[in-house]
Amino acid sequence: MRLRGSALVMVLYILFLLVPIYWLLNMSLKTNTEITSTFTLFPANLTFQNYVVILTDPSWYMGYVNSIIYVVLNTVISITVALPAAYAFSRYSFMGDKHLFFWLLTNRMSPPAVFALPFFQLYSSIGLFDTHIAVALAHCLFNVPLAVWILEGFMRGVPKEIDETAYIDGYSFPRFFIRIFMPLVASGIGVAAFFCFMFSWVELLLSRTLTSVNAKPIAAVMTRTVSASGMDWGVLAAAGVLTIIPGALVIWFVRNYIAKGFALGRV
Amino acid sequence: MDKTVNNKAWFLVLPVLVVVAFSAVIPLMTVVNYSVNDTFGNNDFFWAGLEWFEEAVTSDRIHAALGRQILFSSIILAIEVPLGIYIALNMPKQGVWSSLCLVLMALPLLIPFNVVGTIWQIFGRGDIGLLGHTLAAVGIDYNYTNDPLDAWATIIVMDVWHWTSLVALLCYAGLQSIPNAFYQAAKIDQASRWKVFRYIELPKMQGVLLIAVLLRFMDSFMIYTEPFVVTGGGPGNSTTFLSIDLVKQAVGQFDLGPAAAFSIMYFLVILLVSWVFYTVMTNLEKAEGK
Repeated sequence: MRLRGSALVMVLYILFLLVPIYWLLNMSLKTNTEITSTFTLFPANLTFQNYVVILTDPSWYMGYVNSIIYVVLNTVISITVALPAAYAFSRYSFMGDKHLFFWLLTNRMSPPAVFALPFFQLYSSIGLFDTHIAVALAHCLFNVPLAVWILEGFMRGVPKEIDETAYIDGYSFPRFFIRIFMPLVASGIGVAAFFCFMFSWVELLLSRTLTSVNAKPIAAVMTRTVSASGMDWGVLAAAGVLTIIPGALVIWFVRNYIAKGFALGRV
Repeated sequence: MDKTVNNKAWFLVLPVLVVVAFSAVIPLMTVVNYSVNDTFGNNDFFWAGLEWFEEAVTSDRIHAALGRQILFSSIILAIEVPLGIYIALNMPKQGVWSSLCLVLMALPLLIPFNVVGTIWQIFGRGDIGLLGHTLAAVGIDYNYTNDPLDAWATIIVMDVWHWTSLVALLCYAGLQSIPNAFYQAAKIDQASRWKVFRYIELPKMQGVLLIAVLLRFMDSFMIYTEPFVVTGGGPGNSTTFLSIDLVKQAVGQFDLGPAAAFSIMYFLVILLVSWVFYTVMTNLEKAEGK
C-alpha cells in the first residue's frame, strides 16, 4: 500500500516536470498557423520545418557551435587548474588554507549581474571581446571554485597511504599524480567536468554581455530572434528543444553521481 | 584525515589563484573604483566619496527591490525544501525506476536559464499555452503580464519546477547513505513512521540539507534570467528583483557609480549570509569527524 502511494507521488511530480517540456516539444512540431489559430494537444500536421530552419541557417546553428566551443574550453581550463589545487586542499594544511577555500566559494556566490559590466570593460580593453576564450574565462569565475570543491570532496576519500606508497616506490610527484592518482579519482573528474559543462551551458547573462557576433551563444541568438522577427513560436520552441538535448545526453552517464556532485562531493 | 603541514602546497593552488584573480579580483576592483567616483563620460572620473552608498542605502527603489527579493527567496525556500524532502522520501530506492527518476528529475536543472523562462512564458500564455488555456477554460482569470499576483505565482511555480529536484536529489543521496540496520532497529522498537523520519532520516540528511539550503538561497537571491524572460520585471516593478534592478541601472542607464555601490552592498549581503551557512556546515563536519 505504501509503495503505491510513493509511486503515485513520483508519477505526479514527474508529470509536473515533464508537461511544460512536452508543451515546448509539441509546439516545435507544429506550424505557426496551427500554434496561433487552434489549440491542440498534439500536432495535427506533424512538421519538422522548424528544425530545418535552424539546422540550415548558419546564424542559428553557429549559436550551438559557439556555445559548445566556449563550454568545452571552460571545462578544460577549470578542471586543469582545479586538479592540483584540490589535491593541495585535501592533503596538506598550509598558511591561510581555510580562508582561501572560503574565498573561492564566495566567487560561486557572487551575482553575475555584479560582474557583467566590469567583465565587459576588462575584456574589451584587452581585445578579447566577442571571442570564445573571453566567455570561457568569465565562466571560470564560478566553475573553478565549484570544480575545486567537488574534486576535493572526492579526493578526501582516497587514502593517504597510496601517496606514501607511491613515493616509496620512487614515483616523482607529476608521475604519481597522472599515473596513479588521477585514475583513482576518475569518477570525481567526470562529475566535476559535468558540472562545469552544465553551469557554463545554462548561463546566459555573462555570455550574452561578452559577445556580439562571432561567439554569440545559442541562448542569446534565441532572445534576439524573438524580438526581431515578431513571434516565430515554432522556431523558438525548436531552438529551445535543441538546447535541452546536450544536457539530457550527458546526464545519463553521470546519473549515479549527480547528487554527490551537487553536494560538492560531500555525501 | 589529518593533514600534513606544508606551505609548499601554495604552489599547487597557484594556478587557481591566478585564474580566479583574473576573473574575480580585477573586475571587483573596477566595481569598487566606480563606486567612489563620479563620471560624465570620456573616462573622466571625479572622487565622489561615499555619496553613491548613501544614495543606495536611502533609495526607495532599492528598498522595494530588496523587500521583494527577500520575500521571493523565503517563499522559494519554504516550498522547495519540504517538497524536496517529501519527494526524496518517496523515490524508489534502487533499480531501473530509480535511475529513470534520477534522470528525469535532473532534466530541468540542465535547461539553459532563458529557455526555462521561455518554456514558462509560452506555457502560461492564455492563447497558446497549456496552463493559461486550461485556467481560462475553468474560468480562472489568469494573466501574468497584467496581474502582479499572477506574475508572482508564475515565477514561483517556475522556480519550484526548476529547482525542487536539486533539493530532492541531495536528500536522496543523504537517505541512500543510511544503513539498513537503522531501519531494522527502528522496526524492532516499533517506531512510528514520523519517529523514523525525525530521529533517523532527518539527522542523516542534515549535512546535505544545509548545502541544499545554501545553494537555493544563493541562487534564488541572484536570480536574473528566468523572471526577466517571463515578465521582464513587470507588471510595473512588481517582479523586479535585485539583479534585474541592477542590470537595468548598470547596462540600461549606464549609471556606473550608483550601480557599483549597489553591487558591492548586494555582494556583501550574500557573502554574510553564506558565511553563516558555511560556518555552521564546517562545524557540523568537524563534529561528525570526531
